[in-house]
Amino acid sequence: MTFFLIASIAKILVVFTVIMVGVALLTLAERRICAWMQDRLGPNRVGPEGLLQPAADGLKNLLKEETLPAQADRVLFMLAPAITFIPALVTMAVIPFGAPLSTPWGEVPLVVADLPVGFLYILAIASLGVYGVVLAGWASNNKYSLLGGLRASAQMISYEIALGLSTVAVLLLAGNVTLSAIVERQQQSLFTWNVFPLGLAYFIFTVAAFAETNRLPFDLPEAEAELIAGYHTEYSAMKFSMFYIAEYASMVTASALMATLFFGGWDIPFTHWDDAPPWTIWKTLATVVAFSLKVGCFLFLYIWVRWTLPRFRYDQLMALGWKVMLPLALGYLAVLATAIWVLHDRLGWAYDTRFALALFGVNLLIAVPLVFVLDRGRLVAGSVAEEHA
Amino acid sequence: MAIGVKILKRPTAETSYLRATLKAMVLTLRHIFRPKVTMQYPEEKSGKDWTLSARWRGTHRMLTDEQGRAKCVACGLCPQICPANCIKLVPGEDEQGNRYPLIYEIDEFRCIFCGYCQEVCPEEAIHVGVHYENSEYSRDRFVYDLERLCAQTHAVSTLWDPSDPKGE
Repeated sequence: MTFFLIASIAKILVVFTVIMVGVALLTLAERRICAWMQDRLGPNRVGPEGLLQPAADGLKNLLKEETLPAQADRVLFMLAPAITFIPALVTMAVIPFGAPLSTPWGEVPLVVADLPVGFLYILAIASLGVYGVVLAGWASNNKYSLLGGLRASAQMISYEIALGLSTVAVLLLAGNVTLSAIVERQQQSLFTWNVFPLGLAYFIFTVAAFAETNRLPFDLPEAEAELIAGYHTEYSAMKFSMFYIAEYASMVTASALMATLFFGGWDIPFTHWDDAPPWTIWKTLATVVAFSLKVGCFLFLYIWVRWTLPRFRYDQLMALGWKVMLPLALGYLAVLATAIWVLHDRLGWAYDTRFALALFGVNLLIAVPLVFVLDRGRLVAGSVAEEHA
Repeated sequence: MAIGVKILKRPTAETSYLRATLKAMVLTLRHIFRPKVTMQYPEEKSGKDWTLSARWRGTHRMLTDEQGRAKCVACGLCPQICPANCIKLVPGEDEQGNRYPLIYEIDEFRCIFCGYCQEVCPEEAIHVGVHYENSEYSRDRFVYDLERLCAQTHAVSTLWDPSDPKGE
């Protein structure tokens, strides 16, 4: 019991520290990568290659004046940044980030809390994130902030459905909602990584996750051109900074989820050395590195897409969410459930590479009409019908 | 339908958001590895794409003769032509009857850097300089006196030459 407590506290501290440092470095990475994409150099002055820039930014934000609008709801205004910040961090608790660590006192599973309901917990906590944004917008007592908050709630609710449905596919395949079980299921070979049998679900999940984390092209709650800065217009100093930390932390969480659900979690591809006991410190380290690399790739994807795509119009966003993503996710789920039923119950195949490749074929079959028919001037259309003269 | 809103007919058959997105992502990825255009100012002051023009009109410089005295003969033409009225000149005369400036001050805050003072100067004494780093800690440091004008070492402007308009 004592060992469990000490191990848990240590894991919490480590995960928290790693995420906070990661978030700090991510702000720098974002600024430098966007600069490179625009043929600039980006911040490279503070420390070697600008590595201390996040520290300078943090110091600036700590020393800045805290503003409180006269008509704002004081309690909620103070509370909102925390309400956004906490769910973004708490989600990380159930994500397994490495092979179990063997210590002289026993094995430590490298996940803060190996909840049996892991996945449901993530869905539940992730939808809490929207409260902070809405409350911030409402408590500011500012039209634009309120509009930003409203947009955030509409957007997050719309895309949460697609997000949830896309992950149901993962649950169908894994037959379990515990994330460590889902990871274990994917370790057989490279093709049993869920991204192959569930490619389209991964696609839907990625798009929905972009919307959930309010990143471009879905950053309508901020939309500086229309709403100044949306829900955090009235915030300054560290409270403002909290929203940013929350945004980046939820990016990290979403990337970790993508890695866990679709890319084998901490599994190292092409080898089975890392999958089975006896657990050694080297196995643990290697798997943690593999996991970090996967998460890093998705974080890069986030930044890459952000500096490539322009923002959607509001009606386009809603149309995409309700008219494309939701039917697509539902239809996909129906097809996939049938396929799994046929393969598993009718033909009696065990879950292995053959099973995964068969499902991969099903995905390809669905993807073809999607790309060549549905995505033809329909996904993002004008807001008004053309005049027929 | 609002009046005067023109709706363009979009081709629906060839447009694809997914493919356009992928193309754009390839483009942005390529840009990461392109040479950067940023010039890192305090270290790099000129690059192969950009140097300060020889015709640049910056803060002034007074040229001196072999004895180190200002070439100025206090003729009074530069304060006369100065459109910003920023030159203060009090002429003096020594025992041989040579005129020289007792006080010669230029208020660089008032100056509009038109370069007329250099053009009008018969002795080629006052010049505008090819120079732009002028920070000081107080406003009164921006009134340059004769000693300071003579002590400047930067290149002087060639100004625009009507017979050679492109500076070749």
